[in-house]
Formats: sequence, C-alpha cells, structure tokens
Amino acid sequence: MDARVKRTGGLIWPEEGVNSAVPYGVFTEQAVYDEEQARIFRGPTWNFIGLAAEVPNPGDYKATFVGDTPIVMTRDEKGDIHAWVNRCAHRGALVCRELRGNNAAGTYTCVYHQWSFDARGDLVGVPFRRGLGGKGGYPADFDTKQHGLRKLRVENYHGAVFATFDDAMPGFQDYLGADGAVDQHLRRVLEGRDIEVIGHARQYIPSNWKFYAENTKDPYHASLLHLFHMTFGLYRSSQVGGVKITGGWHTVLFSRSGTDSEEAISETKDSQLRTYQADSYTLADPSLLKGRKGEWGDDVTLVIMSLMPNLVIQQIQNTLAVRQIVPKGRDAFELVWTYFGYKTDDEELRNIRLKQINLIGPAGLISMEDGESSVICQQAVVRDQNDWSCIEMGGRDVKDADHLVTETTIRAFWDEYRQLMGY
Amino acid sequence: MSTAVATAPVTTTRQEVEDLIHAYVQCIDDDRLEEWPDFFADDCLYKVIPRENADLGLPVAVMFCDSKGMLRDRIVALRKANIYAPHFYRHLVSNTRILGEQAGVITAQTNYGVFQTLLDGETRVYNTGKYVDKIVRVNGALRFKEKLCIFDTYRIQTLMVTPI
Repeated sequence: MDARVKRTGGLIWPEEGVNSAVPYGVFTEQAVYDEEQARIFRGPTWNFIGLAAEVPNPGDYKATFVGDTPIVMTRDEKGDIHAWVNRCAHRGALVCRELRGNNAAGTYTCVYHQWSFDARGDLVGVPFRRGLGGKGGYPADFDTKQHGLRKLRVENYHGAVFATFDDAMPGFQDYLGADGAVDQHLRRVLEGRDIEVIGHARQYIPSNWKFYAENTKDPYHASLLHLFHMTFGLYRSSQVGGVKITGGWHTVLFSRSGTDSEEAISETKDSQLRTYQADSYTLADPSLLKGRKGEWGDDVTLVIMSLMPNLVIQQIQNTLAVRQIVPKGRDAFELVWTYFGYKTDDEELRNIRLKQINLIGPAGLISMEDGESSVICQQAVVRDQNDWSCIEMGGRDVKDADHLVTETTIRAFWDEYRQLMGY
Repeated sequence: MSTAVATAPVTTTRQEVEDLIHAYVQCIDDDRLEEWPDFFADDCLYKVIPRENADLGLPVAVMFCDSKGMLRDRIVALRKANIYAPHFYRHLVSNTRILGEQAGVITAQTNYGVFQTLLDGETRVYNTGKYVDKIVRVNGALRFKEKLCIFDTYRIQTLMVTPI
C-alpha cells in the first residue's frame, strides 16, 4: 500500500511525516479549506480576536472573525471581555452590523425580529413572546436560556484577546508552549504596558491564507525579497538573530541591526543580489529610518511572532502591530493590521512610530512585497495539485536555530498542520 | 443674510484649484511620477489615510511623507526597490470646492476615484475617497502644502505602491 496519505479531494502528501515538501493542493482545494475551518480555526486552537484596548470601556464591542465565522468581541458592564458568534439564535441574521462601537444599553438587538442579547450572548428579550391579543406567541415551554448566542471561550493575555470554539482547550499559556520562548517575546512588548491603538489598515489579498502564514515564518526571504531590509540593514540574514519554535507551530524570528560580520557582508556583496545596493541606493530624507534604540531595554530591532492559526505580532524598529489573518475562501484572505503604541509614548516616539509605518503595512516599503509574494504563489499553483514545494533551507527538521538562514519555522507550521488535518 | 459670518476674501478661483488637481492626477496616471513631488511646496505634508482611522480620530496613515525628500523616496522605491504587480491608475476627480482661504492658504475638498488596471487587462475600482488640500502660491504657481487622501476603500486590494 502506498504509505503516502491520500485524503480530501485526492490530495496526496508526498511522504508521510515529511514537512519539507507540501502538495500544492492544500492551497487550492475547497474541501481542504472547509476542513481547515472545522479542524483548525474552530478546532483545538486559540484565535486572536483583538486587543483589549480596542474595547476599553464597558459596552464597547468589535465585530471580527474566527476563521471565516463572524464573531463579536464585547466588554460587559463589569469589564469582562466576551465573544460570541454573530448570528442570531432565531433565524440566523447578523446581530451586530457595525465594525465597532459602544452599546450603552448593554443589549445587542437583531434588527430582523428584535431578539436581544446581552454582552455575554444570553437572550434577554423576545418580542411578542406571549403573542398579541391572546394569539400567537411562543410555546409555553420556550426557554430563553436555551436560545442564547453561541459563545466562545475567551482569554485576555496581557491585553491581547484570544478565543476558542473548543471547550476542552487548555489555557492560552499552555497553548503557547511550555518552554516559553514565544511567550517571552510576546510579554516583552505587551506585559505591564498600557496599550494604545493608533490606527488600523486592511488588505484583501487574493491568496490562500497559508502562503502568508509561510511568509511570516520565513527568515530566508526577507533579505532576498525586500530591498529596504537588505540595503538599509533593517534585517539581513547575516545579522545576529535566530528562530524559536514553541507549542508546535508558534514561531518567533528576531534579529539585531548592525551585527553583520565583515565576512557575511563580503559574501553578500559577492552574490550580487538585487536587494543589496548599500553603496548606491540612498534616501533623500533618511528621517524615515531614524528610530529610537533600546526601547525595550535590549538591542533586538526586529521580532516577528507568528501565533497560529491567525496572528502575527511584530516589532520592527519602533513599530508595533498585530496582523490578524482572516481567511476568505481558498484563494483569498484579509489581513487586518492594528497598530499600537503605549500610553506612555512621548510625542517624538509616537511620531517615530507613525513615520515608520511607511515601512510596514499595505503600503509598507517592506511589507507590501509580502502581499505580492503570496499572490504570485497562488497564481502559479492553479494546477498540478500533487506536485510539491521544497522547504529545505537549513535542513529538513524542525528545531530552533541561532541564525536566520533557515526554513525550519515553516516546517514547524506544516508539522502541526499535518497533525491537525490528519495528513 | 444678516447672520453671514465674515470670511477672508477668496482670491483664488476654483478654476485655478481644479487645474492644479487635474494636472496632479494626470501626472500620476501618465506615469510621470518623477514630476509628482513638484506639485508640492518645499514644506509639505502628504498622507493617505483609511477612512476607518479618520472617522475614529486615529493618526495612522498608510503613506506619510512630511518632506519633499520623502515624496521623492517613495517614487525611487517604486521604480527601483519595491516588488508589486505592474498596473495603471486612472483618476477621476470631481466636486472640487474651495472651503476657505486664510493667510494665503487655500483649503479645498475634492472627490476622487482611482481605477486600477493590472496586466490581466481587467479594470477595478481600486480606491475612492476625498482630497482635503491646503494649497499655497509658490512663485506664482499653486502648490500643495498639505494633501490628505482620506479613502473610503479601506480594505486595500493586495497593496498600495503608487501614490493617490
């Protein structure tokens, strides 16, 4: 018998247990996409749904998604955060139709038949419950307690809010991984901080969400795709840095600007890369790159944390952002950027963050190219679903590395993905 | 009306402001981007702001240039550094109004729409919004001292590299 695992839609994984070769069908097949929604986004995972600072006051709410399921994050009158599926328990209509706001009355009323729910998702009002003039009304045994909204479990982790459909999930910190490497980097930018949201941006990218997941776990491409990274030394594969993997598929890439060895620079020059023009490419106004060093008490200048299945959280120079991945079908996803700073920012630091956003976002001089790379992959994998990609930089295994010339973090993603999906 | 509020006399005509805006968008659409910074005064501010942020009073802009040098850097990056799908823009502008003129600074608001055509030949509505401009006279010619592009299409299709 063929040891390779043949499953949904005839898709064949090249070899059982292999993470360095991924069949293109995972990016194109509707059946795979539908199974991901069940097994991953609504399965045993914690999904990022927003920053607590987006709903700072009682009555605040924000509409978002877990996978492609619409949900609402709310803050109740006591200050606790909740999440529920944005689908009326009566006839399935959206209960909340705004992106965000404050609901001073504390109830969320479906416009269709005015069923109303509280911030926790419990049904608190049904019009014409006893009928009108003795006619109609709900049956005598109708119990409002049985008709609440579908609730998700929620954890507020140092101001980042995660939700799960899986009632049996261990807590978020366990999910992050026991050895704490990703956790440590996450707490570095969140813990004990008074977070202030400074703006949003959204991109709709015609690509499967996993091409972007790969991209944000890929320290190899950043020197080769992004001229700004390479030429200005914001990030180079030759810098002191590394990758850490915890909880199976959560990863962190980090680097320190200005640590390239002479030897590595010399090798870089010899390879004549498009992206390395340090001697010829200059800025008319270099204020773009003027940052504040040591903001976090160390010399780490870039950290990309990828918390599966749907969050990227970054510190690049002095920019801070969460990027929420919202799949929109097998060949599209929305990327929702929420930029933040700290309430303690002085004016100069705040202006540095705002100016550096020129580098990072939908129009980011660096990050726009990640959108493009995802698109050109999707355009090319339209056929030959059982051909596969080659993910062998730095070996074929999954382990931490004290350098950036590796794809081990991408292999970690596929390792966990295979297990959750049963490949 | 007896309750009219006194305002500074408007000495610049809408025709002049429209000529500036038309020349600006045609410069972009005709891919003469190296000339694009010349539409600005030396001391200038250019921001492309999602309406979502403008409505919430949040400061993040997806493009934010506070000098002519930064405008030039955007174009050099587009020509030499950035990776993106080749495309054309076609701006349509309308409803220009002069909102006021004070101390030589004209404030004007204009609706705009940008169609984008990729090499697959399909034209899509890429970005719509409004320009809120502060315009000054530099050596007799009108120039943007400040240009805010506040866009309704806050879910950007793939990426934004060409200025609006």
